[in-house]
Order: sequence, then C-alpha cells, then structure tokens
Amino acid sequence: MEHIELFFKSIFVDNMIFAYFLGMCSYLAVSKKVATAVGLGAAVIFVLAITVPLNWLLDQYLLQEGALVWLGPEYADFDLSFLSFIMFIATIATMVQLVEIVVEKFSPGLYNSLGIFLPLIAVNCAILGGSLFMQSREIETLGLALNYGIGSGIGWFLAIVAIAAIREKIRYSNVPAPLRGLGITFIITGLMAIGFMSFGGMLTGGDDEATEDNLETVDGMVTAQKDHKTSDFVIEETNDTDNK
Amino acid sequence: MRLLSKKDSKLIMDPLADNNPITIQVLGICSALAITAQLKPSIVMAISVIFVLGAGNVVISLMRNIIPSKIRIIVQLVVVATLVIIVDQVLKAYAYSLSKELSVFIGLIITNCIIMGRFEAFALANGPWQSFLDGVGNALGYGVILVIVGFFRELLGSGTLMGFKVLGDPVEKTGLYAIGYENNGFMVLPPMALIVIGIIIWVQRSKNKELIED
Repeated sequence: MEHIELFFKSIFVDNMIFAYFLGMCSYLAVSKKVATAVGLGAAVIFVLAITVPLNWLLDQYLLQEGALVWLGPEYADFDLSFLSFIMFIATIATMVQLVEIVVEKFSPGLYNSLGIFLPLIAVNCAILGGSLFMQSREIETLGLALNYGIGSGIGWFLAIVAIAAIREKIRYSNVPAPLRGLGITFIITGLMAIGFMSFGGMLTGGDDEATEDNLETVDGMVTAQKDHKTSDFVIEETNDTDNK
Repeated sequence: MRLLSKKDSKLIMDPLADNNPITIQVLGICSALAITAQLKPSIVMAISVIFVLGAGNVVISLMRNIIPSKIRIIVQLVVVATLVIIVDQVLKAYAYSLSKELSVFIGLIITNCIIMGRFEAFALANGPWQSFLDGVGNALGYGVILVIVGFFRELLGSGTLMGFKVLGDPVEKTGLYAIGYENNGFMVLPPMALIVIGIIIWVQRSKNKELIED
C-alpha cells in the first residue's frame, strides 16, 4: 500500500514539472519533437532510478546525523549533512558518465537512442531535485527510494511527451506573434499544471477530511471499526497514529 | 572618467533586457518559479544567485588555463557546489525560517542552467574582471524577472508586499477591501508563476519585434 501510494503520488501529485518546475530548462529546449522528448524522458527515468537509491545509501550511511555510527560509537555525533550537495552532484555526474560507458559497451541500440541525452542529464535539475527531495522527505527504505526515483521519472516523462505533442500541433495554429514559441509554451504548461493540480486530493480524499476522521477515531478504535462507512484507508491511517 | 568602459557596461546591461537569461535564453527556470509566490524569498534567491554566479565566474576564469577540457564539467560542478554550500550555511545561520521555506531550491542553484551556461560560454574564454561583470549582469537579469513575478504574485495573491498589508486588511475590511476587493488566491498556486512569465515574455516581445520567433 505504502509503495503504491508513493508511486502514484510522485507521478501525479508531486509531478516534477507541474508541481516543482524541476528540469524546466531541458523540458523547454528538447520538447519540439515527440521522438526526442521520448528519448530524453526515458533517459531521465533511467538515471533517476539509479541515482536516487544510490544517494539514499550515501545519505543513510555517510551524511545524516549519526550515520557514521557503523564505524564505531565515537562517531555518533558527526553530522556531515552540509556536504550533501557536493556529494549528491558528484555521485550524479560520475554515475551518468559510468552509465554512458556501460550502455555504449553493452547495448549500442540503447546508446544510440539515449546516448546524446545522457551528458545533458548530469545538470538537469530534476535529477538533483529527486535526490534532495528524497533527503528532505526522509524516505525510509531503499525500496521506497527506488520507487520514488522511478515514479518521479515517469512523471517527468509524461510531462515532456505531452508538451512535445501539443507543440507539434500548435505549429499550425495562429498564435499571436509575440507569444510564438516560448511564450505560448509557458502558458500551456501553466494550464497543464492547473489540470494536474486536480490530482491533489486523489490519495487522501482531501487532507482536511482525513484529519477530522482521525480526531474522531483516535479516542477509541472501536468507533472506527463499527462505522462501516469509514474506508479501510482511513482505518489504516489511524492505526499508524495510534502506534506512534 | 567612467567607472566602466562601454564594453564592460554592455556586459551588465545586455542581460537585463534584450538578452535576458530567462525570457530570451530560456535558462535557469528550474529553481526559479517555485519560490516566487512571495517577494521576500524571490529577493533572497536573486541575491544568492548573484553571489554564486559572480564568484563562480571569477574562479572558473582564473582557472581556465589549467582545467583539462575533458573533466571541466565536474570541475565546474564542484566549484558551484562549494559556493552553494556557503550560501546555504549562511542562510541557515542568519535566516533560518527563510532557508526552511526555500528548502531544496537553494541546493538546486547548483543545477541552474544559467550558471553552467555562463561558465561554458563566457568564463572559460575571458579574464576575471569581465567574467565577474558578465556573471553579475546575467544574475541580475535573472533576479529582475524573479522579483517582478514575486511582486505580482504576492500583491495579487495575498495583498501584501514583503509581508506588509499594502492593500488593507482583508479580515477587518479596510483599505481596498472596504469596497469589495478580494484576493485572487489562484496567484499563490504554482501554475500561475508560469503564466505570469508567459505574460512577461508577451509584453517584452511586443515591445521589441526583433525578438519574435518565426
């Protein structure tokens, strides 16, 4: 349940482009044709799926406060999290290089379709953003980190393919001259973002209601179980809060 | 005698208008839009970028003859990351609540395309003083757009500027609210940042026809 929730949340609710504007530079520059957009999108999914779990391991065993405790109890007070920017970006840059070399060696077909985009990705905000959000949201397990990486990659993929398709069509429309190209792309992205905002309540069924239910049922779980109208999801949530 | 020669002042003035990094070169939008719901974080973000880009351009320009071209991307990333860590630590020390508000977006200055773009296009080929001017100029051009967007979104969305209630109090119905004015809550949401920038581009290109794309 946790996995499915995080997966859909990172695709739709916390969409990299429409909610946080990450990776906008390449999103605007490489979205003129659907074919190239698919290539770049696939490369982003690929790289996010590798770097987010890797940076999760780094964060967990090297950077967080107390993460160095595996070296010995005297290291328990060390907090290296101020180094996380430089560690994350170094990991990303080296991983991108490594992936490029490996893919070129073992899968020339994939290299031809992804290859030219891989160097571009090292400085794509979506990749670093994925790792930084992973850190600030305190994702708990390696599996969830992998899940989050793939999910936000797919979200980015959907966004760039959609805008590329729209831009291919809009070439035949009569857009006011000063808006042509960049201007109209911004406005369309804004409208798409408004559309994506409607996914906001998809998972919780509205945050406010959920907390009200919690308040009612925290007093005694019995009331919640008797009340058949309360969905299973809410009961699970109250279980969590009780345990805490 | 003028402080800056004609060529030098062109380095600063160009990016402010006709060669603006955001509206013309389409660089550095990534970390910019999400923090413009209010004026204050926009200004802090602009200052941080001015510092990082100005200092980074000088460092890269000083090292331009000793960086092997094959690993220059990594070198550039390390320089930016170091400068951004400085900004992040200073903000955490002196403006903690603001640094919480900007959260990951300070870190994302590292991958801001303006910075890598200016390193590649300018600092690797020019001396330190000119690189400094170029860096500051481009960062100012970026900052101007950020501040404009932040200004309109905060004014129309919350009726405040830098936290001051310039339009009166919406609860006690004073000022403009007395005659039935309402805040447009939509302006605070992320999508409106894109639409406001779209409008800025529209205005700018209507004024200067040379900038219109085919």
